[in-house]
Amino acid sequence: MPNIIHDETPKLMKGNEALAEASLRAGLQAYFGYPITPQSEILEYLEEQAPKHPGTVVLQAESEIASINMVYGAAGAGARVMTTSSSPGISLMQEGISYIAAAELPCVIANVQRGGPGLGTIQPAQGDYFQAVKGGGHGDYHLIVLAPSSVQEMADFVFDGFRLAEEYRMPAMILADGALGQMMEKIYLPKAGSLPKQEEPWATVGKPAARERNYITSLHIEPDKMETINLHLQDKYRKLRKEVRVELTNCENADIILVAFGLTARICNKVMEVARAKGLNVGVLRPITLYPFPYEAIAALADPMRMFLTVEMNAGQMVEDVRLAVNGRCPVYFKGRMGGMVPTPEEILLEVEAMSEKQRITNQSAGYL
Amino acid sequence: MNEIINEQMEVVYHKPQTLTETPMHYCPGCGHGVVHRVLMEVIDEMGIAEQTIGVAPVGCSVFAYHYMNVDMQEAAHGRASAVATGVRRVLPDKFVFSYQGDGDLAAIGTGETIHTVNRGENILMVFVNNGIYGMTGGQMAPTSLCGMVTSTSPYGRDAAQVGHPLKITEMIAQLPGAYYVARHSVHTPGAVRKLKKAFKASFEAQKERKGTCFIEVVSNCPSGWKMTPNESNAWMEQHMFPHFPPGDIKVPASMK
Repeated sequence: MPNIIHDETPKLMKGNEALAEASLRAGLQAYFGYPITPQSEILEYLEEQAPKHPGTVVLQAESEIASINMVYGAAGAGARVMTTSSSPGISLMQEGISYIAAAELPCVIANVQRGGPGLGTIQPAQGDYFQAVKGGGHGDYHLIVLAPSSVQEMADFVFDGFRLAEEYRMPAMILADGALGQMMEKIYLPKAGSLPKQEEPWATVGKPAARERNYITSLHIEPDKMETINLHLQDKYRKLRKEVRVELTNCENADIILVAFGLTARICNKVMEVARAKGLNVGVLRPITLYPFPYEAIAALADPMRMFLTVEMNAGQMVEDVRLAVNGRCPVYFKGRMGGMVPTPEEILLEVEAMSEKQRITNQSAGYL
Repeated sequence: MNEIINEQMEVVYHKPQTLTETPMHYCPGCGHGVVHRVLMEVIDEMGIAEQTIGVAPVGCSVFAYHYMNVDMQEAAHGRASAVATGVRRVLPDKFVFSYQGDGDLAAIGTGETIHTVNRGENILMVFVNNGIYGMTGGQMAPTSLCGMVTSTSPYGRDAAQVGHPLKITEMIAQLPGAYYVARHSVHTPGAVRKLKKAFKASFEAQKERKGTCFIEVVSNCPSGWKMTPNESNAWMEQHMFPHFPPGDIKVPASMK
């Protein structure tokens, strides 16, 4: 993972604004978006800053459907392009995202999640994990999914997102939530001009007489050709596995490992601190890339003497991937809040204490202690 | 064979460089092939092929990018004008056109159509209206005529149930972003010549960044209408033209 070069002096910024400013510093050439809480500050910030960046297109579209199709057009024309939205708006974009993935166009899409299903609530949630990680739209495709857990990462992952999207020619999603979008933290912004852009010989920019025409499409009517395209995509997703990122804190000797991404990972870090002060041997495993998912890192820690607790702001989505990685070798528990409710460290700690008690009894009866 | 003829005769009409060698999949007698040719002829003659990017729709002309020898993008159903907006905004000095049918532009893509024109995007929108969904096998379109029998209106289009055929071209002509709006056809040599002039005027306007140029081409669909090509052209004149009359709808003073 190449290091991002940051400013020397910090700034105090909202997550949404940090993401927007970082996109300009990443050399954003076009942004298309539509207002939706809790991410409208991104569009507002970019509209306000646009006059300072005459080469950058910032356009409020008539819908998320139009936004994502404008992204398709601009990405196909070789531009570094981004759109952002929140859960219901991201649902509207799914058809377009499937087309972008199939046509192998790079772009960054940020989902500042809110509680669902339906119109739901404007409070933070993580209910779009399945949608982001498993596909969301039709057909066999994936996105690169980066899960920030701080305002710093809201900014940094724009750089990582564009770099990976362009290297692998696929959309990258920043899967944030309303709390990360709205909260203010001290951050060191990535330096402008530090993200080079590679040549895109496939882009539709006008066909010189000397080359064949370029065309961007996801249509391959002959099934054998369409299967070849699918095999190519799957091969790309296998190659992408080397980009997996995970943060392990005190996991090596932990009896209980908390698995959480984004905002809940921060809360779990607090739980770990309190639990360790009480003498409980707790670690935290934070997947940073949700796709590719850190199956190997989790599998390596799946020891019969251990227990996992997955904490999410949903009904239990990432926990399915944790269980796939653990593959029955140790218990995996789940603690979730839904509908925009954020779990408190206290309620997670209660789960940890109950698990620890179960572990003590099991170990005792097995004669380990 | 061709070489022998070429030795003895002067070539006065040939395929433009802007069309590929790929045989078109269109049904015999369909207007699409002529519209493709006229559009590409204009791009060829204006010498703008290297600066032109086209956007194909979903529908009968979904494979337009196989026939048009310029850089192309294939859009999702209804979204060609949004895709074209994305292209034109990041390549403001290039020529961009979208090419859509009636189901694509006037049903599923109505929102994109209206807002693209309302923004006055500097693109040419080509709208081929044959009053039917040809690609999917002849279903009712937003522009199917009242009483018209299709596979999804087997007793004829009933306006009381599904509304009247949508005059989207007249609708978008009301928008300030629409610079030049006209309706043409390709069923006679004279009509083809008029369409060619309209395409040329549209690209000229795009160079000057005047706003959206929107050209409807009322066309036939022999397969969908279940007629011979000749019958379909006669039927089109008799039935389609009264509801979709050819002619200029909005012409700027500078073009008059």
